[in-house]
Amino acid sequence: MKKKEFNYFINGEKSKWEVIIGLEVHAQVLSKSKLFSSSSTKFGADPNTQVSLVDSGFPGMLPVINQFCVEQSVKTGLGLKAKINLNSVFDRKNYFYADLPQGYQISQYKNPIVGEGEVVLDMPYGSKKIRIERLHLEQDAGKSIHDMDPNNSYVDLNRSGVALMEIVSKPDLRSPEEVNIYIKKLRSIMRYLGTCDGNMQEGSLRADVNVSVRTVGEKEFGTRCEIKNVNSIKFMQMAIEYESKRQVELLESGKKINQETRLFDTKKNITRSMRSKEDAHDYRYFPDPDLLPLSLEQTLIDRLKKDLPELPDQKKERFIKEHNLSAYEANILVSEKEISDYYEEVVKECDKKLATNWITVELFAVLNKKNLSISKSPVSAKNLSKLIKMITLGKISGKIAKDVFEKMQIGNKDPEQIVQKEGLIQQSDPKKLEKMISEVLLKNQDKVTQYKSGKVKLFGFFVGEVMKVSEGKANPQLVNEILKKKLK
Amino acid sequence: MSNISEFTLSQIVSGIKKKEFKSEEVTESFVTNSKKSKKLNTYITECFDQAISSAKKFDQKGDYKGLLSGVPMAVKDLFCTKNVKTTAGSKILNNFIPTYESTVTNNLWSQGAFLLGKLNCDEFAMGSSNETSFFGSVINPYGEKLVPGGSSGGSASALAANLTPATIGTDTGGSIRQPASFTGTVGLKPTYGRCSRWGIVAFASSLDQAGPMTKNVEDCALLLEAISGYDPKDSTSIDAKVENYSSHLTEKIKGLKIGIPKEYRVDNMPSEIDNLWKKGIEYLKDAGAIIKNISLPHTTYALPAYYIVAPAEASSNLARYDGVKYGHRAKGNNLIEMYENTRSEGFGDEVKRRILIGTYVLSSGYYDAYYLKAQKVRQLIKSDFDKAFKNVDAILTPSTPNSAFKIGDKKDDPISMYLNDIFTVPANLSGLPAISVPAGHDKNNLPLGLQFIGKAFGEQTILNLSLAIEKRANFNKNFKVWWN
Repeated sequence: MKKKEFNYFINGEKSKWEVIIGLEVHAQVLSKSKLFSSSSTKFGADPNTQVSLVDSGFPGMLPVINQFCVEQSVKTGLGLKAKINLNSVFDRKNYFYADLPQGYQISQYKNPIVGEGEVVLDMPYGSKKIRIERLHLEQDAGKSIHDMDPNNSYVDLNRSGVALMEIVSKPDLRSPEEVNIYIKKLRSIMRYLGTCDGNMQEGSLRADVNVSVRTVGEKEFGTRCEIKNVNSIKFMQMAIEYESKRQVELLESGKKINQETRLFDTKKNITRSMRSKEDAHDYRYFPDPDLLPLSLEQTLIDRLKKDLPELPDQKKERFIKEHNLSAYEANILVSEKEISDYYEEVVKECDKKLATNWITVELFAVLNKKNLSISKSPVSAKNLSKLIKMITLGKISGKIAKDVFEKMQIGNKDPEQIVQKEGLIQQSDPKKLEKMISEVLLKNQDKVTQYKSGKVKLFGFFVGEVMKVSEGKANPQLVNEILKKKLK
Repeated sequence: MSNISEFTLSQIVSGIKKKEFKSEEVTESFVTNSKKSKKLNTYITECFDQAISSAKKFDQKGDYKGLLSGVPMAVKDLFCTKNVKTTAGSKILNNFIPTYESTVTNNLWSQGAFLLGKLNCDEFAMGSSNETSFFGSVINPYGEKLVPGGSSGGSASALAANLTPATIGTDTGGSIRQPASFTGTVGLKPTYGRCSRWGIVAFASSLDQAGPMTKNVEDCALLLEAISGYDPKDSTSIDAKVENYSSHLTEKIKGLKIGIPKEYRVDNMPSEIDNLWKKGIEYLKDAGAIIKNISLPHTTYALPAYYIVAPAEASSNLARYDGVKYGHRAKGNNLIEMYENTRSEGFGDEVKRRILIGTYVLSSGYYDAYYLKAQKVRQLIKSDFDKAFKNVDAILTPSTPNSAFKIGDKKDDPISMYLNDIFTVPANLSGLPAISVPAGHDKNNLPLGLQFIGKAFGEQTILNLSLAIEKRANFNKNFKVWWN
């Protein structure tokens, strides 16, 4: 396949513009309890039912670090090939809001737990490294609800204190599509690691998107705007498209970009100014005196590194090398942990190339049609494996296999039982086939004459007739061979 | 049995154990005194009925295993007490009833004590005279017009006036030691991390420590033993062995090296303070200690550093009092207005002043010049002590630069008020244990205290030294009960 060219530019009236994007992804740490308290983090509970005295900022309450969350963020850092900082510090980020019970968020400011790393994107124009600046741990705030009552706001503190990893990229992204692939890759890495479920509907993964533009060839960055708290990839892409065009229009008409925080309005699909730089909060960060600096033992990091699961990039390489898959195929299979798990289960006992085809073509078509994820697949990996094995052993034809596959989808039926019950085993006995073929030729003497006088296209007709007589069970390869001999 | 209330804590504990008197009699005696003490304004919340019923229950059950079995005790209203209103001396928490018990008070109750009431203090422990409390000034039993010191002023007055056999306070910059000195009582601030801060309304987290306030050194050792200990709920508490301070208490201090820091001889210090200090040195020499002149060169910067670090932390710690979840809430047309009204009405002037200072020193553009510099000063002060403790076992200083002053004298002059903490803040900034022990009187017959600063976890040493002073100073309470 010929590599495509990168082609995301904004053609203004005067110049061609490049879009510069950096992301601050907020990923909820997959953990049973919160970052500094033992309250549950389970999604969907009734409001204010998962709130401890610590989470609600009662007098005299003190935070105690959840060691599991620390390990989760170290694992994520290792998955991003990043530097793990043996010493990091929790700071207080001070601001007032009704859903921030302490009046400050515990976060990491100057000394994050994870330093520089990278994420590799597979783009049609080649692979691209996105540099990670840092990853730090912080508490989530609660949720304010403004639409339940005309005069009052309500607050739900279930989220208050839940552990988040803020993963900050360098301004290395250049198009909405790269953002799409970046988020998917990040999500995939964390799901492989089991450190974040990546569930965007439940708010487990959201991002602040920094956008600026500059004319192609320009070295300096333009003034950026930050679009806060976007919670779907589609919205991120739409926000970037809108925001970059807005900036180009402003600049081309001789105006300046104000460095500001903006919101994406999901009803109008536009970004709106939230607050300017002048109005920006002064968060008065300072080290949280309730917590000691976080220091990690190298042995802990070594252990976590040793126990790290195989990540998508490594898996892809292995599939290419050991399974003889193309980069394209391997990419699809490793894109989500569940897909690669499924694939690896299938290929335990059958042909890898054929399995890849069946999964990426037949199974994906079914999943798409039924709008299911692979973890909810109507056909189990074990049964698909059996089906593929029957094909390679010549027990059934590819065509029959498709019919069997159709039937397997209802109640995850065992393909061997279907084949046996319905007598679908392929007819590969040359004597029986020869007999069948002779009968077909006898019935169609006129067509045989025409064939022999040069109308070779009729070969397909004879094959079709034989298949009809065999009810589709005749081994097509053998039929071809015998027919050719007989028609000489 | 009206004289039970004059007994020391240790006498009461042993009297109850030996069944010389009942817990109920003890409790009645303190309740009677407390009820007659309205003029002192020491109590914010009285739990007298509850205490008497606890005493009765105790007498029936007769479980004498605890260090404080059957002892009623009033505590500073900064400790959260389950189902008992906890105000921190502030209007903003005037209606706050915790559903939980602080670790330190819980330690008292698990040693057999029970709650007599909650004692007045400066609002959020911010003050050196107990004049900033929303519940009014506390009066020092030494004189109708005198402050008891602060912020644990209610605790100190109640103790001196025999309203409680012992008490606990908190000390962020001297809030136990200064009122102890003003009321002729013993007050100890433990090593930072010795006692849990869990459930104590926070003022400045890196400086706050709970500690005992008692009539004598023996009681202080006993009470410290009862409240100390590691608490996994406080990340800054330290897992160090708790000594049996009371059984190891001894006045035999022969050979101990005591440092006398020249920097504590401040300008305009009354000569009687200097004389007291000299007297202390003589007592120690008499007990066989070796006196060494030492230098703690960064001492002069301690007070300014303290008045940056403490307000900075306080400005953040007090952000939670916003009217949203508990406590006082004022009306407002929107969230910001509600915040402004709540905090304007809920906080007093001194608290507002410190929130403003704290917010200022943490603001961008000022952080490096103030907060960061203050933290560096703090390090220098710590290393001064580290160096000094290579050559000495403890340091002797006066507790305060003056005796108890008159109510209103310093109220409008914060700087002169803050200067009262000049000898006490270095121990908080460095996390070291320090104790104030009564050692004499000034010309007006007001009590004066001497302070020992010890090595980290050197509480036993400074208790022993204090005992040696106590034995020699023959300090006597010399006031008559005038408030009944």
